[in-house]
Amino acid sequence: MKKYIGERIKRNEDPRLLTGQALFVDDVDLPGMLYAAFLRSDYAHARLISIDVSEALQRPGVVAVYTAEIMGDEWQPGPANVSPPPTVENITFHSRTQLPLAKGKVRHVGEPIAVVVAESRYIAEDALEDILIEFEPLEVVADIEKALDPEAPLVHDDLDSNLAAYMVQDKGDYQAAKTKADVIIKRRIEIDRGAAAAMENRGIVANWEARSQHLTVWDTTQAPIPIRNGVASRLGLNQTQVRVIAPYIGGGFGPKMMMHYPEEIMIPWLSVKLGRPVKWIEDRRENFFGTTQERSQVHDAEILLSNEGKILGISHKFLHDSGAYDPYGLTIPLNTESHAAGAYDVPNYHSELTVVFTNKMYTSPIRGAGRPQGIFLVERLLDIAARELGIDPLEIRLRNLIPPEAFPYDREIIDQAFALLTFDSGNYKPAIEMAAEKIGYEQFIKEEGPRLRAEGHTVGIGIIPFVETTGVGPYEGARVNIEPSGKVTVATGVGTQGQGHFTSFAQIVAEQLGVPVSDIDLVTGDSADFHWGTGTFASRGAVVAGNAIHASASIVRGKVLKLASKLLNAPEEELELEDGFVRVADLPRLSISLGDLAAEANPLRGAVEPGTEPGLEATAYFGPKSGATAFGVHAMIIEVDQETLMVEIKRYVVVEDCGTVLNPLILDGQVHGGVAMGIGNSYYEQLIFDENAQLLNASFADYLIPTACEIPNIEVAHFVTPSPLNPLGTKGAGEAGAIPVPALFAQALENAFADVGLEILEMPLSPNRLFELLQEKVSQP
Amino acid sequence: MKPPPFEYIKPSSIDEALVHLAEHGYDAKPLAGGQSLIPMMNFRLAQPAVLVDLNNIPELSFIRRDEQGGLSIGAMTRHYMVEHDLLVAERAPLVSEAMPHIATTQIRSRGTFGGSIAHADPSAELVAISVALDGRFQLRGQAGTREIDARDFFLGMFTTQVEPEELLVEIALPPMPPRTGWALKEISRRPHDFALVGVAALVTLNGRDQIEAARIVLFSVGDGPVIAEKAGDLLQDQPATQDLFRAAAEIAGTEDVDPSSDIHASSAYRRQLVKVLTRQALETALDRARESVN
Amino acid sequence: MSDHYQLSITVNDTQYQREVDPRLLLSDFLRHELGLTGTHIGCEHGVCGACTVLYDGLPIRSCLMFAVQADGHHILTVESLGNPENLHVIQQAFWDAHGLQCGFCTPGILMTLVPFLENNPHPDEDQIRHAISGNLCRCTGYQHIVDAVKLAAEYMHS
Repeated sequence: MKKYIGERIKRNEDPRLLTGQALFVDDVDLPGMLYAAFLRSDYAHARLISIDVSEALQRPGVVAVYTAEIMGDEWQPGPANVSPPPTVENITFHSRTQLPLAKGKVRHVGEPIAVVVAESRYIAEDALEDILIEFEPLEVVADIEKALDPEAPLVHDDLDSNLAAYMVQDKGDYQAAKTKADVIIKRRIEIDRGAAAAMENRGIVANWEARSQHLTVWDTTQAPIPIRNGVASRLGLNQTQVRVIAPYIGGGFGPKMMMHYPEEIMIPWLSVKLGRPVKWIEDRRENFFGTTQERSQVHDAEILLSNEGKILGISHKFLHDSGAYDPYGLTIPLNTESHAAGAYDVPNYHSELTVVFTNKMYTSPIRGAGRPQGIFLVERLLDIAARELGIDPLEIRLRNLIPPEAFPYDREIIDQAFALLTFDSGNYKPAIEMAAEKIGYEQFIKEEGPRLRAEGHTVGIGIIPFVETTGVGPYEGARVNIEPSGKVTVATGVGTQGQGHFTSFAQIVAEQLGVPVSDIDLVTGDSADFHWGTGTFASRGAVVAGNAIHASASIVRGKVLKLASKLLNAPEEELELEDGFVRVADLPRLSISLGDLAAEANPLRGAVEPGTEPGLEATAYFGPKSGATAFGVHAMIIEVDQETLMVEIKRYVVVEDCGTVLNPLILDGQVHGGVAMGIGNSYYEQLIFDENAQLLNASFADYLIPTACEIPNIEVAHFVTPSPLNPLGTKGAGEAGAIPVPALFAQALENAFADVGLEILEMPLSPNRLFELLQEKVSQP
Repeated sequence: MKPPPFEYIKPSSIDEALVHLAEHGYDAKPLAGGQSLIPMMNFRLAQPAVLVDLNNIPELSFIRRDEQGGLSIGAMTRHYMVEHDLLVAERAPLVSEAMPHIATTQIRSRGTFGGSIAHADPSAELVAISVALDGRFQLRGQAGTREIDARDFFLGMFTTQVEPEELLVEIALPPMPPRTGWALKEISRRPHDFALVGVAALVTLNGRDQIEAARIVLFSVGDGPVIAEKAGDLLQDQPATQDLFRAAAEIAGTEDVDPSSDIHASSAYRRQLVKVLTRQALETALDRARESVN
Repeated sequence: MSDHYQLSITVNDTQYQREVDPRLLLSDFLRHELGLTGTHIGCEHGVCGACTVLYDGLPIRSCLMFAVQADGHHILTVESLGNPENLHVIQQAFWDAHGLQCGFCTPGILMTLVPFLENNPHPDEDQIRHAISGNLCRCTGYQHIVDAVKLAAEYMHS
């Protein structure tokens, strides 16, 4: 039977996207639609003394204006997205969730205070300027290291401090290991905030149909089903009365997985209140203030090694910036912890996590979701240790990799899925050797690097292995159905933001049913089509939804074979599925099309037998108990202009092991995109706040997303260690490209400036910052 | 980010435009390419009550030679036209070299030569170049026409000599002196970003292959274009050597500029870039000056 | 203050007469007045390029023009290139080379490429990357886009 999994198949969804015929949320246009605009705080921290909306209400074209006060009893704080792990003892967690509209005070720049609904967005924005607010500015918590000072202003007045959470995790006995260490490296590492900045901003259209008592919501969410459930609950509706559609979405990258944003609560509510469709489309300026961000952490970290370079233990005490609220729980810092020992066999580990509230936009995962910070930590410590011990950076890594016989390997700490972290499978050494070979590591260290440096070039090389936890539960589901036309329709609850699900998922079905991929039509992210599931995040779409699709397609395959066997009078083992037909092997004239078979399976006369269902349809779920761990290696050669400190990437190599590859074309695209984001996170992108937590670069002119001139050609090779945790053997790869890049940049830059003894303990960097670091080195005694 | 309301006026001649500007004074803004004004309006950082659209006045768009061997460019001439114009390449190659650095192709389809100059962004290439080339600007109002030298035109960040009732209509670029080479160098994070630092340089040789004069104009280092006077003085009437260029670059970076720090670059880093780019610009300009002699 | 301006504009070879508020951006006019939603809005300050259309054959940012300014002019949007059953050769190349993921930036890139490929029939990689450097993409890392452009050039000249 023809193979579909693993093939570079063109995407089903592309013709519509290429011709501008694909529906994005802002394309939704309904009769009588109204437009909303939110008045957002210009202060990071202030009391709301009074709000006067009377002038706004009088503006022609304005239909309604709401504040928390005007909403009265219908105002309530937003639901949390993720609770802290119930499985960890002695955890402190103060849950403070986002609010639909600010009440009493504002806690970050951009927090919504009022909403105007008008005949056009233009008029709504005019009306925002009519609203008069008396603020009492308060002192601001802008610095995560000052958040817990005794005199620090309180972000949440009902708490004693700005502590959001505190948690300790241990593996083995770090303190005992410390007494046996030959080398102890201790460093402080700082990582700063970045934005996901998808090209499409967020948006919601809500349409309450009073006559049918039904609400339809189009939302740029990565989690349409939880949004449906939350909206239904908030509005006192049955889940079946609410339909949430996540249509084509212009990039997610994490912040569209944050659920029940203020706007997601308000817009549906407004439609019900006003009895008309309401649209809100975020603009780019709002996106910088009103969509989640992350990456900000400060670590006091330590690594213990033997003289041979074997890691005896890793310890870190770290601060994580939650921003003004903490609706997403501890997901990001838990991921950091899960990756703070990298791909290495580390017998002793200690982490002490403190999460603080600050007067900035709250945080939720962005591609990598805390993993890049963990990898940055361990790889920096290892590079510094390598220098101290006089061991080559690649060599020291080879000495510490988790060996293949050690899988499944227990980290013995709780991860973001609230389960004990276990790496399911892996074969790290050959993959890293493949990467080293591809970039010409040995050759560069011995010959090419020294030669280029002698010619006056400042060049550096880096190689970083990393792991990526993927494919976590709780579950996803899918329904597969063969229609009388012969087309296969598939529905699943996860949404799609460009990952190619319409094609890669179709390939999974094609493999089971022998139907060409172009005859398989998928619906993703429409709760009317499938209403059980969580969403697209944490590199789990292909693994979890993919395996659910595989399961349901397999059941349908079973039904096909059973019925065809009856109709063709041949045993099931002799039947083949190919090109939309079921044939008897060696007797091709004995065949029936799947479409005809589907018609036969839904007879107009004759009862369906007890214990059977009509048609050729099946619904199945996949709920992994734990996630699959992917692995990868990135290697890079850079040249730095000694005078201007601009960096040019000369070569970039990726070896990616995400288990079974569904579609190499799509996978490579995901890796390229992740690397581009990683390069942005390393040398171009940084959200720059002043001491009043005002964002200074809230535009694309000043927040520097890499263009085609900053991203090199990325050479991707695949290495396959299938996961034993799911029938397809897949592991996730959505975030892989972004995870090791900051660590790689730091290593390569240190290699380039080895003669100066440059040490990089922070991310992101820039030519300006590199200049400062080098000046500091030069002026040191 | 929708713009605030305004009254829209679309004159079809310069005189008609001037009537409206005189009538509305500070309430009105001329709309040239819109590539700087419209984003500001979308951010609601600019809220002009009246927009006088200059895009339907053909007499404002031209590139002409003048009898002295120089050029005259109409204020509404689009960047892309200047970019591909052979006369500009011949008579003002410094301008031609700058054009690909100005934003993106899409911006250059609409942005105008005069618009960039009248907007007076300290990071704009054409601002520095017009000073380097001793440009002369023609301003017209209902009361009459006046000419201002580029050196005197720029008063500060986004501020020029243009009065509310006036329009910049024409930019005259005199020919470069004989035996003169030019160079434009800039450093930006991404190809079409505003320069972190930029240099426009002219080097004129005397008959004995020595530097008769050098003009170095820096941009993105202050509130407006900065002429590196001390560096220029150092180079005057000197044989061209690597050491001399290094010394001139050093002075340009340490004494001729006083850049402030911002989110993209610190003062110290900017000074470093001034030194690097000045040296590079002088080298390139010298090479070209020598070529023009041969 | 005049609220309404009579606009006469040709979009994708069809003439339209409309009454518009002078401050209505061309991007919003195309999308919501004419229902041509293929042109997307990413930033409204002229940097991301998602809104790029052709104005009298030149690529422009439709978010940086008022619709009234296009009175009497010709606009071409992505809808003028092809439809799902009949793709333009550049669109076909993008499909074959996986030159898009979420597709949001894609129409702007296609419209930038139309005049670029006309004027540069055999671009090298450097030229291609510069040509699209005014269009931000957050999904692809640009590599497959570059492959698509090379393929489009091949298709156009074979």
